[in-house]
Amino acid sequence: MVHAVISPPRPWRRAAVAASFLAAIVLVIVLNRRGQRAGGDPALPKFHLTDVTAQVGINFVHHGPTLDPKVDNIAPLIGSLGASVSVADVNNDGWPDLYFTNSRFGYPNALYLNRGNGTFEDVASAAGLADVNRPGEGVSMGAVWGDYDNDGLEDLLIYKWGYLQLFKNMGNLHFVDVTASAGLRQWMNANGAVWVDYDRDGLLDLYVAGYYRPDIDFWHLKTTRIMENSFEFATNGGKNRLFHNLGGGRFEDVTDRMGVGSTRWTLAVAAADFNGDGWPDLFLANDYGPEELYLNDHGRRFILSRVGLESDSKSGMSATLGDVLNRGRVDAFVTNISERGYLFHGNNLRLNFLPELGRFQQAAEGVVADAGWAWGAQLGDLDNDGRNELFIVNGYVSGDRERSYWYAASKIAGAYGPVFEDARAWPAIGTASLSGYERSRVLVNRGLAGWSDVASQVGVTDEYDGRAVVLVDLFNRGVLDVAIANQKQPALVYKNRVAPGNHWIAFKLTGTRSNRSAIGAEVLLVAGGMRQLEVVDGGSGFASQNDRRLHFGLGQTTRVDSAVIRWPSGTVQTVARPAADQLHVITEPSR
Amino acid sequence: MSSPSLVASRALWSWLGRLDPRYPVSFLITLILVLGEARYGILGGYVRLITALGVCTATELVLSRTVRGRFASVQSAYITGISLALLVKPRAGLLWPFALGGFVAIASKYVLQYRGRHLWNPSNFAISLLVLAAPGSIAILSRQWGNDLATNAVIWCFGLLIVSRVRMLHVTLSYVACFVALAMVRSMITGGPLLADIAPLTGPMYQLFIFFMVTDPKTTVSTARGRMIVAAAVALAEAVIRLAGDFHVAALGPLYPAPPILALAIVGPLAKAIDLYREPDGAKRSVIDSTSTP
Repeated sequence: MVHAVISPPRPWRRAAVAASFLAAIVLVIVLNRRGQRAGGDPALPKFHLTDVTAQVGINFVHHGPTLDPKVDNIAPLIGSLGASVSVADVNNDGWPDLYFTNSRFGYPNALYLNRGNGTFEDVASAAGLADVNRPGEGVSMGAVWGDYDNDGLEDLLIYKWGYLQLFKNMGNLHFVDVTASAGLRQWMNANGAVWVDYDRDGLLDLYVAGYYRPDIDFWHLKTTRIMENSFEFATNGGKNRLFHNLGGGRFEDVTDRMGVGSTRWTLAVAAADFNGDGWPDLFLANDYGPEELYLNDHGRRFILSRVGLESDSKSGMSATLGDVLNRGRVDAFVTNISERGYLFHGNNLRLNFLPELGRFQQAAEGVVADAGWAWGAQLGDLDNDGRNELFIVNGYVSGDRERSYWYAASKIAGAYGPVFEDARAWPAIGTASLSGYERSRVLVNRGLAGWSDVASQVGVTDEYDGRAVVLVDLFNRGVLDVAIANQKQPALVYKNRVAPGNHWIAFKLTGTRSNRSAIGAEVLLVAGGMRQLEVVDGGSGFASQNDRRLHFGLGQTTRVDSAVIRWPSGTVQTVARPAADQLHVITEPSR
Repeated sequence: MSSPSLVASRALWSWLGRLDPRYPVSFLITLILVLGEARYGILGGYVRLITALGVCTATELVLSRTVRGRFASVQSAYITGISLALLVKPRAGLLWPFALGGFVAIASKYVLQYRGRHLWNPSNFAISLLVLAAPGSIAILSRQWGNDLATNAVIWCFGLLIVSRVRMLHVTLSYVACFVALAMVRSMITGGPLLADIAPLTGPMYQLFIFFMVTDPKTTVSTARGRMIVAAAVALAEAVIRLAGDFHVAALGPLYPAPPILALAIVGPLAKAIDLYREPDGAKRSVIDSTSTP
């Protein structure tokens, strides 16, 4: 028999192993702390945002929905949606106006008319757009503007937990409810919508994202089995609907024919031509599931495409579009949830490589990936340096600071789906918070050097439960200001002051063969060696819609080589050497 | 008279019983990995798996050679590596939790010893450390494997089969029985829905915990009765943590993301140390004591 002879280990070896073990533990602590730092920018940001909400006359406070007492145990969770903000120049005076939604019966929505003197006035009541939150009709969750009848006036679609409402703009700040005659009186529990001319017939169509199932009436619940059936791959949400604009003020539900009836709990939707074939596609940010891209097959149907999104299941809440790296491409940013110790879903920055690779490339990391329980987000050039910043609002339920619902939520997170599909199986939240009191993020784009969170440096320190955010040049100064809708809390307006030296250019497009709002039109700007692409917004982010005017920062240059406009009709128009530091109003050429 | 399939089943069962327990355990965790990745993409990127497995394996080889003068089997490292890859979900882009977690897990076997035996299950130690020391960098609840009954059922069936063949079924059942009983108690105390208190059992964290951690032969005590008592003690410690969570006791906040894992990290080594203290010669080591799972 042979015995192996093993010499006893030398003491120094054991000591070395122990030392390396301790060093590894110390390294864990150090690396964790390093990752926790906010990562402010060593260079002073070249813009500053000042809260001017009261100063400009905006005093809107959102009120959340009251719900059937059967779901009292988690009412603060369910009722945490509905604060929205959208931008339109409703009276064509050249000044952008703001529309905020409320979500409780009897509480009015607000249309803040921009007086052009730095102040706003709520004219919703006189315009007929205030009293829309009524028993039997439902409560507002958001709104999108679009000139569906091409009469030169922006009309309004309000999506609700309840009946959709379409208001026709009659001019003179007067709106008429045309929902029934338009064929849109459908009960949906919707939390997102976008205007898009999917068949390029010059008429704006409408895609509405159902969140909860449409058979649910939150004030008369027949069942408490209303929640998602999986935290990762839920498919029991409300069905999304595509309404085709037939002209003459009529819409037709073409959801099934066009293949876009996702039931994946869509929270946000945005439309743009991602693959460069000239037809607008639909990008969905879904809660409890992977994002979805429906590619438009020449207006005949949509095809749910495998583009690198399908297995990355998270909690998508915002579909934000923008050219992140000045590649002349529409990229997508999708917000998600991050909570230390419990959950790191992380936001997604989907760089668009569809034309070359047929897929998106995930590029979120660091401050881009982790923004707390993030909701609305927008990409826009806040410092006019020629690169898009990222503004993210966040925070879910701000209740008692000392009580967190995260532990309770973690109990059911791993359960068999049908268990938590029943709202009664959820632990009661009481007065606890769930990712409450989070600060908004303002991320400065340093190009290949990455992103820096400069929120506190530029004056954004609020801890409201942000839901929707829009970037808009409210005072026609050539800078993007910020408006935010907060859940059950006051709205905010941040006025932007940009350090002198950087230049800008903006475009207001009016369609002729295309839809009058020019929604879906792309402008590719070539200036200072940079290419920037922007798309006229029919609804994006979460529960929001930016200004239809497109704003580009130019940095130090005042020379713009060209602006190439691709109209939804397919017409390509090149504007040579447009002047910097001004708004260009461009009408689509007839041919 | 037996049918051919019955004969084959018995032969398989008998063969399983003769196998080194690490083989079926390795098979089970590989099954979970393959099933979960195929259906739900649970890994979030193969580089995480490669990092965890690579570091665990390399650490095992290097440390065993350094400390014991011979290369150890890497099966334990394999199971630990996969456990870390399945459970640890870091912030976007972070790989160091897998690298450092893997190193710390395996190194803990060589450093944190009492009477020549390690006290912590390696992956239990590493995950507990990461949960407590790096909550801003990792979480362990980011994937729920679809909240799907079918996936759960497959894992539970194979899990129960395998822990029974490695003679640890009594540990699993003791823990589960105590967990359910204590969940009822907690539900009565808090007035919360019972289903919510029992629900964690079907989650991925518990599947790995019940079939790989609490049953780890190397770090369990030497008698079956003792192991059942320890399993009950772990469930009790966990219930205390969970009750504290229900009542928002801030001081114990860091424990709430992973109550069973941290309860085991507290109770397991204590029990093991007491066991070793009472049996200094190791004469009563059970047959499965020569095996090692993470």
